Amino acid sequence: MDQFIVKPLFGGDVVHWYTPTNVTLWMALAVLAISALMVFGTRGRAVVPSRTQSIAELAYGFVYKMVEDVAGKDGVKYFPYIMTLFLFIVFANFLGLIPMSFTTTSHIAVTAIMAMAVFLSVTILGFVKHGASFLQLFWISSAPLVLRPILAIIEIISYFVRPVSHSIRLAGNMMAGHAVIKVFAAFGAVVAIAPLSIFAITAIYALEVLVSFIQAYVFAILTCVYLKDALHPHH
Amino acid sequence: MATESTENGASSATSCVQDGSAVGMPQLCLDWFPNQIFWLVVTLVVIYLILSKIALPRIASVLAERQGTITNDIAAAEELKLKASEAEAAYEKALADARTEALRIAAEAKAEMQAEVDLAMKKADAEIAAKSAESEARIAEIRTGALEAVREVARDAAREVVSVLDIDVEDSAISAAVDVRVKG
Repeated sequence: MDQFIVKPLFGGDVVHWYTPTNVTLWMALAVLAISALMVFGTRGRAVVPSRTQSIAELAYGFVYKMVEDVAGKDGVKYFPYIMTLFLFIVFANFLGLIPMSFTTTSHIAVTAIMAMAVFLSVTILGFVKHGASFLQLFWISSAPLVLRPILAIIEIISYFVRPVSHSIRLAGNMMAGHAVIKVFAAFGAVVAIAPLSIFAITAIYALEVLVSFIQAYVFAILTCVYLKDALHPHH
Repeated sequence: MATESTENGASSATSCVQDGSAVGMPQLCLDWFPNQIFWLVVTLVVIYLILSKIALPRIASVLAERQGTITNDIAAAEELKLKASEAEAAYEKALADARTEALRIAAEAKAEMQAEVDLAMKKADAEIAAKSAESEARIAEIRTGALEAVREVARDAAREVVSVLDIDVEDSAISAAVDVRVKG
């Protein structure tokens, strides 16, 4: 599990809150990669796009359509926030797949902050937009009256579990993939099963490429779903 | 929080890492949380600023421009298509007009020719009738002439025969006898 250790970049072993660490390095690389794609890649502003520009447009269209479809027309103004989260997670996940790299999104501290930020802003947004009637989200008026208090309790529990599942899903997926690869890599030291181990690492790596994207997608689309609940709390 | 971790920095570093290896799950090492959270916030803010100030407006404008161009091109194509179909209709109309005109001219010419032919035919018929009447008159004339000639010849021949036989017969008797025979 050494690959998950946070180390200061410039020597020393004390990690202050401001110390530039490998977290800083790999997050900065994610910022660079995002800038390269979204800013440098679109510098031509071409009507007939270059390859990089069309990828940037594809990412834009993908997230934009997701926000529009899930959260509705009035969710579109929160699109830059969701785009930020999605691109950060995608690039952090993929950068984490580079051998010897550090996966920032495999840390619960990172994903929990993002999930809490989503949870808090969505909840506050709900109350700001709808006042007390936001609580109707928990009062399912289409259910029989007897069931409604029970359903309300279930709904409230599930609402408060959201940030937990939201963050642990991403961090757990990323950590598990890397840990499995690490386990197979340890088997690689034994000559007899080394070929099998290498094959397994290749297969898991391919799976991880898929998981990296899917988890970013899941994180973004769940954010959209929560946003939809805040914008339209009435069932 | 920050000062705490600063004070406990040295000892806490050893609590999560021992001899360069992680103790337990590094993800749960609380000493690293402030660092990760700080840099995460910085990163997200930077990404948000880059995206919302530069990248997203730029891509949005490019997409809008492309949409506009496509819409314009489609409109222009629609217009051209309309023009083409108009031109085709005009061409069809001109063709149909020309065809009816041609038919009309042909019918006229035919009628004119028919009239001429009828006239010529009538004229020719009249001529032919006149000629044939004339010919018939001549033929009748010739026929009577021939009958007369036959009688003459027969009378002469009969007179010669009578004179050779030395029979004295009057001319009128001979001609009466010949007339009877010729008629017979």
